[in-house]
Amino acid sequence: MPSLKDLRNRIASVKATQKITKAMQMVAAAKLRRAQMAAEAARPYGQRMSHVLANLANAMPSREGAPRLLVGTGLAETHLLIVCTGERGLCGAFNSAIVRLARERANALIAEGKRVKFFCVGKKGYDQLRRNFAKDIIELIELRSVRVLGFEHAEDIAQKIIGLFHEGKFDVATLFYSRFRSVIAQVPTAQQIIPANVEAADDGEVAGLVYDYEPDEEEILNTLLPRNLAVQIFGALLENNASFYGAQMSAMDNATRNAGEMIKKQTQLYNRSRQAMITKELIEIISGAEAV
Amino acid sequence: MATVPLELVAPERLLFSGDVASVILPSVAGEMQVMPGHAPVIAVLEPGIITIDSGAGSSQRLFVRGGLAEIRPDNISILADYAVPVAELSPEVLDVEITSVETLVASATSDAGRMAASTRLMRLTELRMQVLR
Repeated sequence: MPSLKDLRNRIASVKATQKITKAMQMVAAAKLRRAQMAAEAARPYGQRMSHVLANLANAMPSREGAPRLLVGTGLAETHLLIVCTGERGLCGAFNSAIVRLARERANALIAEGKRVKFFCVGKKGYDQLRRNFAKDIIELIELRSVRVLGFEHAEDIAQKIIGLFHEGKFDVATLFYSRFRSVIAQVPTAQQIIPANVEAADDGEVAGLVYDYEPDEEEILNTLLPRNLAVQIFGALLENNASFYGAQMSAMDNATRNAGEMIKKQTQLYNRSRQAMITKELIEIISGAEAV
Repeated sequence: MATVPLELVAPERLLFSGDVASVILPSVAGEMQVMPGHAPVIAVLEPGIITIDSGAGSSQRLFVRGGLAEIRPDNISILADYAVPVAELSPEVLDVEITSVETLVASATSDAGRMAASTRLMRLTELRMQVLR
């Protein structure tokens, strides 16, 4: 049976923890709002981009001379898994969910006899992947010091990936991140980015138009493809960021609630044992008085 | 007056969306003015000023670092790499652009590349003079 002082200490410490989780929840909520707005603001550009790209790709006469970023190397031997996670913990299963998806994919690919390499964006994913795939991780990018995610960060990453691609380090690249559906639902997603995953000509009306190109198709494709990569990575980073704060917010909300419950239980226990002690003392006094 | 819906988007956000009477774009092949009903074109943009004329005598000017315009008879969308309204454009912003293009000129490996970069540099310096005025 813990003493009254022990109980008091315990309650105080849980209260302190609750204050911290509550504060973190509120910070996450504020950041979430901003991250969500940024993710939504970036969507139109990505949509337009894939639209234009689809038009161009369909206009290409043959797949022979097409840029390799579009059609790939023709092989599917070495896969690059780009795993985007958060930089911090205390966000529930957010990081683990992304890493689990990537790890499952990697194991499936290895079972098929393919080679797998990892490109980590975010420290948490690196920490988890290091346990099983330490020698396959070729790059780690930390965005910890980044306050506001800008397009240039995505461009940096895209450039590194394109560099690796031209060096022949991999044939297929897949991006792993968490899509933000709502504050309580973040969906880990895998998205193939090299070769570019071009949607088929969507509506007949668009496919029917014959475009003029200024300069020619090939040159446009050559500038557009690296850009498209950067745009997709940028979109993924923003979605990821919003998901992270969403996950953190709900995790901290849970923690605050748990702490509240614990405080309630401990306080009850404390009051009960205090009452028991008073009763005991009274009984002692009364029986002492009767004995006299 | 005939109008056409125009969308100007940068990676970070949507900058302009609405009906316009005409728009002037800095394409790689020179400035081009696009009116409603223009033939379908996909054009790469150079650094320069986009002038959006929404009819009724009001126009809006924005600086773009480059990008892509998809023009259809019934719709125009501009994907800008980076865009700011001219009113917010400062010489400092342009200086950064100029330095980055200068390194591009210096590091160009082919004659064609050097040519393209120096034309771009010229445009930017001209633009800077205009802004300073």
